[in-house]
Amino acid sequence: MKLYCLSGHPTLPCNVLKFKSTTIMLDCGLDMTSTLNFLPLPLVQSPRLSKLPGLVLKDGSTFLDKELKECSGHVFVDSVPEFCLPETELLDLSTVDVILISNYHCMMALPYITEYTGFTGTVYATEPTVQIGRLLMEELVNSIERVPKAQSASTWKNKEVQRLLPAPLKDAVEVSMWRKCYTMPEVNAALSKIQLVGYSQKIELFGAVQVTPLSSGYALGSSNWIIQSHYEKVSYVSGSSLLTTHPQPMDQASLKNSDVLILTGLTQIPTANPDGMVGEFCSNLAMTVRNGGNVLVPCYPSGVIYDLLECLYQYIDSAGLSNVPFYFISPVANSSLEFSQIFAEWLCHNKQTKVYLPEPPFPHAELIQTNKLKHYPSIHGDFSNDFKQPCVIFTGHPSLRFGDVVHFMELWGKSSLNTVIFTEPDFSYLDALAPYQPLAMKCVYCPIDTRLNFIQVSKLLKEVQPLHVVCPEQYTQPPPSQSHRTDLMIDCQPPPMSYRRAEVLTLPYKRRYEKIEIMPELADSLVPLEIKPGISLATVSAMLHTKDNKHVLQLPPKPPQPPTSKKRKRVSDDVPECKPLKPLLSGSIPVDQFVQTLEKHGFSDVKVEDTAKGHIVLLQEAETLIQIEEDSTHIICDNDEPLRVKLRDLVHEGRKVKLCCSDAH
Amino acid sequence: MPEIKVTPLGAGQDVGRSCILVSIAGKNVMLDCGMHMGYNDDRRFPDFSYITQNGRLTDFLDCVIISHFHLDHCGALPYFSEMVGYDGPIYMTHPTKAICPILLEDYRKITVDKKGETNFFTSQMIKDCMKKVVAVHLHQTVQVDEELEIKAYYAGHVLGAAMFQIKVGCESVVYTGDYNMTPDRHLGAAWIDKCRPDLLITESTYATTIRDSKRCRERDFLKKVHETVERGGKVLIPVFALGRAQELCILLETFWERMNLKAPIYFSTGLTEKANHYYKLFITWTNQKIRKTFVQRNMFEFKHIKAFDRAFADNPGPMVVFATPGMLHAGQSLQIFRKWAGNEKNMVIMPGYCVQGTVGHKILSGQRKLEMEGRQILEVKMQVEYMSFSAHADAKGIMQLIRQAEPRNVLLVHGEAKKMEFLKQKIEQEFHVNCYMPANGETTTIFTNPSIPVDISLGLLKRETAIGLLPDAKKPKLMHGTLIMKDNSFRLVSPEQALKELGLAEHQLRFTCRVHIQDPRKEHETVLRVYNHLKGVLKDYSVQHLPDGSITVESILIQATAHSEDQGTKVLLVSWTYQVGILEDIHFNQF
Repeated sequence: MKLYCLSGHPTLPCNVLKFKSTTIMLDCGLDMTSTLNFLPLPLVQSPRLSKLPGLVLKDGSTFLDKELKECSGHVFVDSVPEFCLPETELLDLSTVDVILISNYHCMMALPYITEYTGFTGTVYATEPTVQIGRLLMEELVNSIERVPKAQSASTWKNKEVQRLLPAPLKDAVEVSMWRKCYTMPEVNAALSKIQLVGYSQKIELFGAVQVTPLSSGYALGSSNWIIQSHYEKVSYVSGSSLLTTHPQPMDQASLKNSDVLILTGLTQIPTANPDGMVGEFCSNLAMTVRNGGNVLVPCYPSGVIYDLLECLYQYIDSAGLSNVPFYFISPVANSSLEFSQIFAEWLCHNKQTKVYLPEPPFPHAELIQTNKLKHYPSIHGDFSNDFKQPCVIFTGHPSLRFGDVVHFMELWGKSSLNTVIFTEPDFSYLDALAPYQPLAMKCVYCPIDTRLNFIQVSKLLKEVQPLHVVCPEQYTQPPPSQSHRTDLMIDCQPPPMSYRRAEVLTLPYKRRYEKIEIMPELADSLVPLEIKPGISLATVSAMLHTKDNKHVLQLPPKPPQPPTSKKRKRVSDDVPECKPLKPLLSGSIPVDQFVQTLEKHGFSDVKVEDTAKGHIVLLQEAETLIQIEEDSTHIICDNDEPLRVKLRDLVHEGRKVKLCCSDAH
Repeated sequence: MPEIKVTPLGAGQDVGRSCILVSIAGKNVMLDCGMHMGYNDDRRFPDFSYITQNGRLTDFLDCVIISHFHLDHCGALPYFSEMVGYDGPIYMTHPTKAICPILLEDYRKITVDKKGETNFFTSQMIKDCMKKVVAVHLHQTVQVDEELEIKAYYAGHVLGAAMFQIKVGCESVVYTGDYNMTPDRHLGAAWIDKCRPDLLITESTYATTIRDSKRCRERDFLKKVHETVERGGKVLIPVFALGRAQELCILLETFWERMNLKAPIYFSTGLTEKANHYYKLFITWTNQKIRKTFVQRNMFEFKHIKAFDRAFADNPGPMVVFATPGMLHAGQSLQIFRKWAGNEKNMVIMPGYCVQGTVGHKILSGQRKLEMEGRQILEVKMQVEYMSFSAHADAKGIMQLIRQAEPRNVLLVHGEAKKMEFLKQKIEQEFHVNCYMPANGETTTIFTNPSIPVDISLGLLKRETAIGLLPDAKKPKLMHGTLIMKDNSFRLVSPEQALKELGLAEHQLRFTCRVHIQDPRKEHETVLRVYNHLKGVLKDYSVQHLPDGSITVESILIQATAHSEDQGTKVLLVSWTYQVGILEDIHFNQF
């Protein structure tokens, strides 16, 4: 069993597990932090951005000034933003049989994998994962494609050139793996390879392995996966949450008895308490609006936004915000709000009960009905007519590099009345803000990450007790900025095996058994002998059929007629090789009984001599000698096959008699 | 021999009161718990006393499964769980769990409030009963206990309808509930994988019917409605609030839109809006087209269809009214029917199956004079049309499902005996499987012949698959092993390992055979000659000439000595242990 680690990002994993004869990719997360090195894509011409000076290197050379711009001491690539792909060279990705997706954030690299690597397998994901994943991809493609950029920068990526650049570009890793965004046709092609699955559905892969998604409690349709054969169990835990937000609670019990537990997707902000953050979010929002400022919330179009809207639904009236317009701007805003209401089966108990009434599970339906929340596909069109300030705007992308959010950063950045509140934990807010500096607008950082923290993880591991834990190396040491916090790492026994990007781990396990089915006819023919109380043995000699990795034992075909002449035929190739059975022999043979048996079978001249180790039985007429010792019998005779066979059978008979006798005791 | 026992308490050679007991590998499962629309007495519910004479139902039944929300499949549930007494798990899909209590409450109201019956289940009992329900996802494997697992498949028919697979070890039963093999305007078609159950229990409502294409029926329906409305008549369509109603509403809505018609369409009961709400919230259970377009246009938001008020029935001019219930046995549909029946301009369209004893069944069988309550005679002059829109599989569909699932046996329920007989023959002819059709209370026993799963040591399996001159994995091979049976575990290991594990010594059986050859040469020359010969003949085996003058072929030992009396004769001692042999290939006679 091997694990190929294609991504170094602990919350956007991409691993490939080779297990029995299958090759299974676990998630294909797309690391988008690379976009922070790029200039934002403004929807309308931004004089400020276009006037940024080109980069002048230390030695005074300016050959990069078209590609790289400086803003408040930071250098940015002036080009279409690019994403860092998972490793594609570590193994031949066309050999991947299946891809298991755990949640919609962890599938963003899917088109790169399914459309560029010769992948011919199947992707498994739950319905909400696919639908919302599609929305995320649609938004991404849309926000990049609608701002066409003529130039594409590549000179700076040259290793020799990159060396000369200031940080962080100098230290950017894997720049050769950075790629432009995929297109909608590629997204559609990728999504068409997905097969929908439900929680606790058992999916057979080639008869060798069974995979099962389990609710992970993190997002709509988010799953952990069990990958198991009859004897081995690997749990893949990715993006799980124990908090009660909107999704169905995490299924922990099914993770028990794992041989290996692969642990990814823990909280990125282990020191922040999500509940506290939501409180801070609300109070900052209210304060800004009361002072006549606008609030900008850079966010993804699905996920935490549902919880924020629900909080606001309860909070608006009491905070006197009922007249403040809330806008949700995204090409997929409407779809996201609609989709959230139809996945009753994937929601927490409370929300499910509402559907039974029948009422929409999320209160944002009411916010929309009462016109408190309005949604628009973009800032163009209807929005520009309805737009009233002060207001609260939810829009993407959280990296602040593309999407409608860029427009509002430019629009509101100059006034200290306004506030931008960061709730998504995926990007460092300081890095996100860098190309907008200097900035008068207030910035509040309330990252809401509901994924497991280290306390919850150690509790979980104690409960489910995996034999081995595998995790990204980041989880085996305290965060670099808080090196004294040894509580912010995984603590388990034995210590976890860690991986980093482009590593191949050999997972410890020893398979000893395999399942095989004995057909009823064969089972009927077996003769069990009780060897010890409660333990029986039966000798099995049967045809082994292996098909689709399933093994079946059937009655062997009738033995061929013994040849009449001494001339033997070669076994022909199409008849299955059929060799005689060797019955199990053990114990000693009681010589008296054996002699009786011989006499019964027509040997009249049996003579027995005692030796040091046992006996010698002489059959004078047959010129045959049988040495019987404690654990061996030796038959010496001339080339007389029928005689040998007869003696052999008598030896067996003698032994059986003995076993029966021992049964009687 | 292991067996599966099936006893219908209802729906055995009958439609209505679906309730089937299944015993499989020591587990007892009750499939559906319905009421019979044709009866108002004790016969309306299944006879639960059959299940167990003494003792609680909870102790006897491992679980109850409800296939969908129609009352003939769930109508007796509160009676069963609260009045007879059952506290075990009840499984159904989410939409069924959502809608079922509403229909039960509706049913209770009609029975208790309108008909004044006492000794019926109460609202609180419905609530308590629903608390015992566990909702299941499609395709989720639900572990009822350690051995018993169930799995739901999409069945079409109505929102949330499911077929269920019940599995214990390698024995399994599939119960279809009611299903539909062709997608309609709002639902998809039933689907099941090739799960090869020992037994498929299928409904057979339309066992002998092969229905024409859906399009034709829809065209027919629209034509009839349109014609009646054009000549100023009123159209009554008795339906159940959820199911066909939505399909026909979608159909009429789009037709009205296209033809720009003005005649009003009404939907009776306040249930409609609520019902449509369920469809909106459970849109993932509808067909692909509706699911794909729901963000742009929700098919369950109707423009032309409005709520009905009782007073509207006397309004002059044409109109179309959907009214509940669907079999004209009670309620608003029956009231409207009585009002409109006398006018030949009007029309009643029965879009579904009607149970014997209902007004619907009577008029469909041609009766035009009906005796109503109080000996009143109602003369039916209005046109009576029957259109099979009820979403059951027809004969073709049933055969198709059997082909999909590949069961070893088939059992028919939920149909009429005569029609079943016909279908049974057809199934037996075409699939060469046994087909059963027990009556209510009659037990069918099916013998299964499961294979036995055992653990084989990987070493033995690998050895056996690696042996053989042709490394062809697909070719069956003979293998030898020892099965160790201890407690309830079965392990197949190599004989050596078995002996070792049990602390037994192997008893070696050895043979030695003397072969005489005429060869005047020296012994070692004879040996060399034999050696060269063997090497030539046995190319695939390892043949060695040892320093002590003996020859080995794999584990066979050959030694040569001169005959004690005749130096010209050499004696070859060939010695081998008893095991699968190579000897067959050696022919000493060639010397």
